[in-house]
Amino acid sequence: MPARVDSLRGLRAFQRLVKAAVTRPLAPGYRMQHRWTDGRPMAAVAAEFIKPNDRLTAFARLEIYNRMYWFRIIDSLYEDAPGLRAALGERKFSRLAVAYLTKHPSHSFTLRNLGSRLEEFIRAEPRWTAPRTALAREIARFEWAQTVAFDEAARPVVTPADFARANPARLRLGLQPYLSLLALDYPVDRFVLAVKKRDTLRAEASNATTSARPAKRIRPVPLPRRERTWVAVHRLDNMLYYKRLDAPSFKVLTALRDGATLDRAVAAAGRGVTPEQVQAWFALWTRLGWLCRRK
Amino acid sequence: MPANAFNGRTDYGIGIGLRVPHYGHILEQKPVVDWFEIISENFMCGGGRPLEVLDRILEQYRVVQHGVSLYFGSADKPDREHLKRLKALVKRTQTPWLSDHLCWGSVDGTYTHDLLPMPYTRAAAKRTAAKIRHVRDYLEVPICVENVSSYAEFHASEMTEWEFLSEVVEQADCGILLDVNNIYVSSKNHDFNPYDYLNGVPHHRVGQMHIAGHTKFEKYLLDTHDHPVLDPVWQLYAHATRLCGVTATLLEWDDRIPSFNEVHDEALKANRFIAEARAPRKNQPAHARAR
Repeated sequence: MPARVDSLRGLRAFQRLVKAAVTRPLAPGYRMQHRWTDGRPMAAVAAEFIKPNDRLTAFARLEIYNRMYWFRIIDSLYEDAPGLRAALGERKFSRLAVAYLTKHPSHSFTLRNLGSRLEEFIRAEPRWTAPRTALAREIARFEWAQTVAFDEAARPVVTPADFARANPARLRLGLQPYLSLLALDYPVDRFVLAVKKRDTLRAEASNATTSARPAKRIRPVPLPRRERTWVAVHRLDNMLYYKRLDAPSFKVLTALRDGATLDRAVAAAGRGVTPEQVQAWFALWTRLGWLCRRK
Repeated sequence: MPANAFNGRTDYGIGIGLRVPHYGHILEQKPVVDWFEIISENFMCGGGRPLEVLDRILEQYRVVQHGVSLYFGSADKPDREHLKRLKALVKRTQTPWLSDHLCWGSVDGTYTHDLLPMPYTRAAAKRTAAKIRHVRDYLEVPICVENVSSYAEFHASEMTEWEFLSEVVEQADCGILLDVNNIYVSSKNHDFNPYDYLNGVPHHRVGQMHIAGHTKFEKYLLDTHDHPVLDPVWQLYAHATRLCGVTATLLEWDDRIPSFNEVHDEALKANRFIAEARAPRKNQPAHARAR
């Protein structure tokens, strides 16, 4: 235990100790764990660096911070993942959140990025979401794409004139950084939309009633069945949208995103796609502002 | 000190925090408000609705940036990417000063997203002051540091919180964002006289004040920003205003946020205490007289 904070090294050691204590997972009942990592009583460890007062022990004072840390970050993840919560149930989601945030604590100044590695974690540790791991991964990807669509940067869009004077064999277009292309095995876009609609209705209903009737059990949203789905998550006029795509247009957009030239990207659509279809796609994507110049 | 070097020599009056539930009201009704305080981190993004709303607000109102993650007291060096984003926002808002907290909350690149109290030592003060100077020089804007509410005290501390605050701001030559609610909360949690705190800080460095509500638990107070300001906090505010002069003041209301008008009306109550502060000194309570 660092007894003195009389140097930068001492300050760092002190802060490492406090951070370890504050971010340690809570015990059942949302209390601070009673043993430190080395097995010593936590009350004794806390008393080494925190002063008690006549109302609170050192343990109780440290516990305030320990609880606030977990309530804050779980609340944040909770708000960003309504679909995942609905798919897993509150208790299972809570266990997943603690396991995830223990392994991947925040490395960003903003809580906005808290869920950035959730899909990766679900894939690496499927036990937290079994038997719905495949669905949970896709919902986590989809909900992270919404965060990206909400406030990621926009780059200057390309115009029809840019196409007119360019050589398709050399032209490489970019996609907006806020646009995510998702090839999914479940129609999670519809599922998440249904969850949000249900939750909005419940919120509105809670202000409309004055009766003392007990709250009804939350109506579960049916889980989606397998169905190959291609979705673009994007924004338009600063509103969030999900747009369904077909397989050929998804392939073209993916090829553009990955740096293919315009003619190679169009070729990725495969046979059976007419020039008129391709023209219509590009006209739409240009109107939506999806296409931009590459950096 | 209505206008000083630490608030960009401005005289901003009484403001409120810009919060999402009020966006619609502000953009549609365009109420008269002296200024808005924004949480910098909420707008340090690439684009989308946050920046669109901010730009519309900037067309109509004066905005001051308040941060929650610079962590001046952290042993870590300032994060360059963070500072670059913050500087871009400073250019966008033209904030006359920028504030963040006298605390730490990250170490080795891991963030707790909390405002953790400092060990009040000379070494910590020196490190904190150096970091404030570094950030100010990079951002090219005056900095005010805010005292935080705390729930723990450390054996390592060598001085009181207000002595630590004074040491830091003198070494950094920066301003103070004096949060009188935080002083009150900490005074109850740590059994000190809040008027000693107010009397003990360099008043000429106070560039802004915060007022807010808190929650009383059985054994401690929690800084929740979800209530109106309580009377003892208003009394402290009046005393702080007597000591420091009429200073840019902001009401923080961050949880269970009521209507815009309710928040604004609560903030404007500060005018009553500003008037009291201007009253003859004989009306002041004895314990509140400055040393």
